[in-house]
Amino acid sequence: MIIIKCPYCGDRDHSEFSYGSDASIVYPSLDAPEKDWIEAVFFRENIKGIQKETWQHSNGCRMWLEVERSTITHEIKSVKPCHTQLQKVFEK
Amino acid sequence: MSSKRIENFGKINRQKQLKFSWENKNYFGYQGDSLASALLANDIRVVGRSFKYHRPRGVMSCGVEESGGLVTIGTGDRKEPNVRVTSQELYEGLIASGQNAFPSVNFDLASINNLLSRFVPAGFYYKTFMGIPPFEWGSGTSVWMFFEKFIRKAAGMGRSSRLPDPDVYEHANDHCDILIVGSGPAGIAAAKEAADRKLDVILVEQDNMIGGDQLSENEFNSDEAYKELKSLGVRVMKRTTAFGLYDNCVLGLVERVEENVTLSDRRLPRQRFWIVRAKHVLIGSGSFERHIAFNNNDVPGSMTVNASKHYLNRYGVLTGKKIVITTNNDSVYSTAEILAKAGANVTVLDNRKETNIDLNKNNFEVINGVVPYNINGSKKINSLDIADSINSKYNKIDTITCDQVLMSGGWSPAVHLLSHRGVRPVWDTENLCFVPGEPKENITVIGSARGIWGKGDCIDSGIAGTLDAINKLGISKTDYFFPKQGGWMNPIEPLYEVKSKKTRSKSFVDFQHDVICDDVRLAHREGFISVEHLKRYTTLGMANDQGKMGNIIGLSLMADLLGKEIPEVGTTTFRPPFTPVSIGALAGRSVGKHFMPLRTTPMHAWNLENGATMIDAGLYDRPWYFPKSNETIDEAYIREAATVRKTVGICDVSSLGKIAIQGPDSTEFINRIYTNAFAKLPINKTRYGIMLRDDGLVLDDGTCWRLSDNEYFMTTSTSQAGRVMTWLEELLQVRWTNLKVNVTSVSEQWGVAAISGPKTRDVLSQCLEDPSSISNENLPFMGFISATLKGGIPCRIARISFSGELGYEIYIQADYASIMMDILWNSAKQFDGCLYGVEALGALRIEKGHVTGAELDGRTTIEDVGLGKMASEKKSYIGSALRKRGVLSSPDREKLVGFFPVNKKDTFASGTIICEKNNIKGFGVGRVTSVTHSPELGHWIGLGFIKGGVEEWKNINVIGSDPIRNKQIEIQVVSSHMLDPKGERMHG
Repeated sequence: MIIIKCPYCGDRDHSEFSYGSDASIVYPSLDAPEKDWIEAVFFRENIKGIQKETWQHSNGCRMWLEVERSTITHEIKSVKPCHTQLQKVFEK
Repeated sequence: MSSKRIENFGKINRQKQLKFSWENKNYFGYQGDSLASALLANDIRVVGRSFKYHRPRGVMSCGVEESGGLVTIGTGDRKEPNVRVTSQELYEGLIASGQNAFPSVNFDLASINNLLSRFVPAGFYYKTFMGIPPFEWGSGTSVWMFFEKFIRKAAGMGRSSRLPDPDVYEHANDHCDILIVGSGPAGIAAAKEAADRKLDVILVEQDNMIGGDQLSENEFNSDEAYKELKSLGVRVMKRTTAFGLYDNCVLGLVERVEENVTLSDRRLPRQRFWIVRAKHVLIGSGSFERHIAFNNNDVPGSMTVNASKHYLNRYGVLTGKKIVITTNNDSVYSTAEILAKAGANVTVLDNRKETNIDLNKNNFEVINGVVPYNINGSKKINSLDIADSINSKYNKIDTITCDQVLMSGGWSPAVHLLSHRGVRPVWDTENLCFVPGEPKENITVIGSARGIWGKGDCIDSGIAGTLDAINKLGISKTDYFFPKQGGWMNPIEPLYEVKSKKTRSKSFVDFQHDVICDDVRLAHREGFISVEHLKRYTTLGMANDQGKMGNIIGLSLMADLLGKEIPEVGTTTFRPPFTPVSIGALAGRSVGKHFMPLRTTPMHAWNLENGATMIDAGLYDRPWYFPKSNETIDEAYIREAATVRKTVGICDVSSLGKIAIQGPDSTEFINRIYTNAFAKLPINKTRYGIMLRDDGLVLDDGTCWRLSDNEYFMTTSTSQAGRVMTWLEELLQVRWTNLKVNVTSVSEQWGVAAISGPKTRDVLSQCLEDPSSISNENLPFMGFISATLKGGIPCRIARISFSGELGYEIYIQADYASIMMDILWNSAKQFDGCLYGVEALGALRIEKGHVTGAELDGRTTIEDVGLGKMASEKKSYIGSALRKRGVLSSPDREKLVGFFPVNKKDTFASGTIICEKNNIKGFGVGRVTSVTHSPELGHWIGLGFIKGGVEEWKNINVIGSDPIRNKQIEIQVVSSHMLDPKGERMHG
């Protein structure tokens, strides 16, 4: 029962969103060697505390969001667009 | 027990009589009665039979903790089992009957189990179903399984209706500043305080009247309290249970809609399932009185003390004539006084040697230092043996004739909702109960749920609770304090079990699941000493009352056996729901056709008008086949598939996913997501493409059309449309933020018809303003054009084939889809064409070895499905780095092949396991994913996978094993291109 504040739509129930994945992963370039990709695709930290995640407002504006969430309490620390250009738009 | 209605007590409406039936006999009660009070008023003692031993059980409490009176309400499709008589409001025409008994609760043949009880101890089922010790003899044999059926049938409670639920349920949402659970003295005080401060307050009460414990006071007027709260603006929700407390002060509530409960209007929903978001939650859920474990403490007529006070002052029912109250605490004395005043002969047995009680004791007798030892009687109480205690050894000293035994072994705060939040309760050694721990969220516990006993203190704690909320919410800073826990004049003295000297005693800990003290000792002997093991082994606290009364007794017994204190033994975690929630309420309106949204294509109505039989395919309702007169599905699809191969067929394929891709970097984007080269795709050309996931497995296949330099049109499979769209958005918004590309789902904007077969060009050219636009030169294979249908309707035509025949897909604005179908169908009829559905579509593609979701199941690589040549070695793309990793390039991977039955008359099903001839077991060497009858080949064929692929199995036949249908057939492994492998038909 989390409320996520979508930068475009405002406070919305988490049922409008879809969880994406770990937002801290930096995906290697497409021509990077296999081991870099294995690292990015299969290895995940099991974080107890604040975790960076991607969520999509799939039943809303469809924006992909970077969310900082506590895995202990579900508290949402911050929400911002994943897209760097959009981040700038919403910072204003 | 002989209970009866008496004058001058109770809050029932004696002007309004209600007729109800119990075990097929008619009785009367009054408006305001519960089913329990109405049964007691009619002196009905036995209302149920116990779970395992089938012992007679009576009403044992006055609330949701009830463990004796579980009955079945209603008949036919409205039959509801396991209803607590204490929570069921009486209404005109209510039909109730006993359960878990044959022929009736009063005379139950299965009560023989009571005599056989030594053979059904705790863990009986675990032990029995493992076979006979020491070697688990018989386990798993057919004889054993045969008996298991009967054993299982003998256990269990009521049986639910097998008919569909005729009632409707709905879901609702709300929010408020403060939500208060429970309308006892604390809850009402808190609500008033909050309303005075202009806060938006919801007060939730599971009962049909507000007041909580005050309903057991004769002078309390519930209606006035209700009116006062309403006038202050408090939103009071009666008949509403807060069954769960979740993150961020979200509560799950179930409201039993009044009009439906009382049958005044059955058109309204039966229940509403509420999700309420509060800024702060006050839990005033009260506390439960515990019983005492002693021999035969379950005989009908035994009850908690406080329950009998409720029956008297709320319902005007005096539950006994000669009543013995057994206690270890002060809470019973006001009850003793009022029961005596109402005319009962009352004796109080207090286990404490001395008590200082400031009450008028003139009308009842108090005996100190004695405990209840044994109840004599089976369907009713005849007398009570009492004992004194010397060094915790109990010796029978006397027998008291009585018809009712009331028990109070102390009080347990209802810490359930806080437990839902993971807040562990703390043992209060002074008051002998678990009190709530300190919540970290905006939650405050008030009243007796906090372990505060006195009414005045409870009121103060309610006000303090609201002030606490106001401080935590930052509304204003106010000083407040909570009253101290407890509040009795004399300290409570432990009394959990009065241990009998008899070897076969039955001292019940959990009435509902027939758990006795000896079961706890057995669990200890057999090593199940953790509370969680104790619970599962003995089923203590696992019935639908979830151990609201008996849990503490079980814990104290285990603590005693381990030589530990109760807090060291710990307590199990209470989880939602607090009381049972019907499946109907959880489902809400999502039933029947509303179970999930059904998507229809823009030519849905047209398909129906033209005789389609429909099927749910993924999210869509699609034409399955178009039967002629009395055709079966097999006859229809075989005819349709054969017609496509011979002349022409038209199929609705609008459900394909469609995505518009625009922007200066579109070509780069598309080249990165498909495995095959797209950079040089000419304008007006389309290409079949495969997408992989990051991990190198196949995500989806589809086509991509180049409309202009910077604009593409992508199709995806029906099932993966949503996933591909989300994936493209993720790539553009998260990973490749420098690419200037926009993606738009246009699946709903286009209607699509596939038209295929040797006569296709003849049929289609008749439909176009300019027939020459689809000539082989103008529209070659994998090309597309913008064209105009007769009548001036613009469309796009792509020359794509899924069936392996000459074929086109015609894309049109969704609103014109039916007109397009009219035009195409009128033309196709002249060439003996047909309409075909997904069954024939499947047959045609299997013949050609084309893969769909059955083969692209998220476990297969592009090499596995034989499309390795579509994976570019010259460029990097999503999945290219990992598609050949380790196991994915192992030589014995299962590869796509075709399967023919050796005996051409044999049929087989998808899911069939492919095994070597001499080794028919386990997962075999392959599997069949799709099957069909091939009209072209004249026998059944299959598509699937086998280790090593077709090369490994040349001239080696295999066995198709179908263990579910107990069938084995001999199968020949062939190439997946079972028909026209060179593709001459579609290029023609």
